[in-house]
Amino acid sequence: MSTPQPTPTGKHHAPEPAAAPARAGNGTGAPLVRLVNAGKRYGAVIALQDITMEVGAREVTCVLGDNGAGKSTLIKIIAGLHQPSSGVYEVEGTPVSFSSPREALDHGIATVYQDLAVVPLMPVWRNFFLGNELRKGFRIDIPAMKKMCKDELLAMGIDLRDVDQPIGTLSGGERQCVAISRAVHFGAKVLILDEPTAALGVKQSGVVLKYIIQARERGLGVIFITHNPHHAYPVGDRFLLLNRGSSLGYFEKSQITREELTGLMAGGAELEQLSHELEGEGGTAAEIGRVMEEEVAELGISDHPTTESDNR
Amino acid sequence: MATTAEAPVAPPPRTDERVGRKSPLARFLARPEAGAIAGAIVIYVFFFIIAPPFRNASSFSSVLYVTSTYGLMATPVALLMIGGEFDLSAGVSVTSAALCGSLFSWWFTTNAWVGVLVALGFALLIGFVNGWIVVKTGIPSFLVTLGTFFMLQGINIALTQTITNQVASPDISTLQGFSSARVVFSGSFTIGGVNIRTSVIYWLVFVVIATWILMRTRIGNWIFAVGGHAPSARAVGVPVGRMKIGLFMAVGFMAWFTGMHTLFLFNTIQSSQGVGNEFVYIIAAVVGGCLLTGGYGSAIGAAIGALIFGMVNQGIVYAGWNPDWFQFFVGLLLLGAILLNTYIRRRAEAAI
Repeated sequence: MSTPQPTPTGKHHAPEPAAAPARAGNGTGAPLVRLVNAGKRYGAVIALQDITMEVGAREVTCVLGDNGAGKSTLIKIIAGLHQPSSGVYEVEGTPVSFSSPREALDHGIATVYQDLAVVPLMPVWRNFFLGNELRKGFRIDIPAMKKMCKDELLAMGIDLRDVDQPIGTLSGGERQCVAISRAVHFGAKVLILDEPTAALGVKQSGVVLKYIIQARERGLGVIFITHNPHHAYPVGDRFLLLNRGSSLGYFEKSQITREELTGLMAGGAELEQLSHELEGEGGTAAEIGRVMEEEVAELGISDHPTTESDNR
Repeated sequence: MATTAEAPVAPPPRTDERVGRKSPLARFLARPEAGAIAGAIVIYVFFFIIAPPFRNASSFSSVLYVTSTYGLMATPVALLMIGGEFDLSAGVSVTSAALCGSLFSWWFTTNAWVGVLVALGFALLIGFVNGWIVVKTGIPSFLVTLGTFFMLQGINIALTQTITNQVASPDISTLQGFSSARVVFSGSFTIGGVNIRTSVIYWLVFVVIATWILMRTRIGNWIFAVGGHAPSARAVGVPVGRMKIGLFMAVGFMAWFTGMHTLFLFNTIQSSQGVGNEFVYIIAAVVGGCLLTGGYGSAIGAAIGALIFGMVNQGIVYAGWNPDWFQFFVGLLLLGAILLNTYIRRRAEAAI
């Protein structure tokens, strides 16, 4: 198999990062956002090291990783909440050092966090325009804002009953979509989505994925953080896999199949080991183990040697 | 991806069929101040029945006057509470501002207006310090303002004692500018034989201004946002710290205004007064529909909360009851109003 082998979880670099493939230019040729060998330390704790990634216009870069893999730290660096302690952060080819999320926002980098940055008790339209209110002199232009909010949401395919209802009364998927369309409306060039599908059901997740595609079609660069390869693969153009704060691999879509991505995410070796252990138990556990083994074989990762010495 | 799904979409109807038409009553009940209005009507009817003097226009004028002295302060306190913070020093700040103005102009024998301006600066400073400490340290405003409350109370009594050797500030009615300041801050006028104090008008004006700010301006949007969920507000670029400090300073401003009213009405200020009023302001705001947790409420509600307080305060006297029972009845009636308020709000929320 010519597939990228998962590197051991140690301080080994994935083969790709050092030589990220040159892409077709988007106007200036520089990607909207690029990190080169970026790292972050909190005192003695290394939260992130040697991360190289980029996203251009009309592209979706997916960041995949399990809990504690360093996804949040990565977002915080790109969103301007933290500065990288090493490496370079470039926006449209220019090195930047943001001291606040507002600065990142001024560069067109908008983040939709898991808590969505909405105020539950406030009406949808007030949330939509919060911080960017339309004004007529000292007054806010309420009819115009309600109409724009309704229209903008409709353009994204969200048909709300009433933009005057508190946003807390919407479903998780609807709220997510309001937050995304808000960022798009206010001129974001790069959209960072922090686990937008994590708390959603299958159908709602599909709706959110549709908006990610729509945002891309409108010319935005999207950084999509998730731990679900099945959500990432259909929408992503490139994939950064994180494990314990370092890069496990950075792939163009053409370089990796869905099965390989899933295998890498699931930690194929660990899964296989687990299946063997379960089969040794006998009874129901053995049954589960056999199913798991089939799964592993199906994903095309069964030939992977089980040399990994996991600490856990 | 979803190309097939787009074809059969009908043009959206002008009015959404999923929204049932709400009756005017249901819409009224969904407002934050609905419970307070219902409570106010109950209490008004109650005293109207049991206390005949309560029915006179002149007694209602004095109810309104008492209401205005609470309502002036309840307005910014409600805004602050919607913004997610408390100010326990609000009651003594009124006295502090009045003492500051009065003692300054008396000691230096200045024009009364100089004292008024010095007091304004001092009151705004109190608000700023409260807000600054809360914002910079992240300590709950309940504790910070509890601290400043005791400090101000100590300053009020100790400094007055030191400067004048008395427990009250000296009479400043002989100072230049006193009479004009009295006209501005503590005037009154007569309509149809009923004497009305200008503080009632000021109160109503400030309630209108506060409501307009809350509902029709960007600042109002931000007040709801910082109280409703400060991290979200910060994430979309709302200057949370500046908003909160501003709200504390609004309380300071109104403490100054109320203090000036009291000072120029009585010529002198008791150094120990004002304690306990902070609770009246907070209760008025809560009865008026402000959530203790912030992010929800209205200035009109707080005004009605103050009106409930004013009616009980005067109603007990008109009913001929022993005024010693005042606080008990206040507590009882307020508890009842809050229960009614909660009940109505639950029903209204279910109706939505």
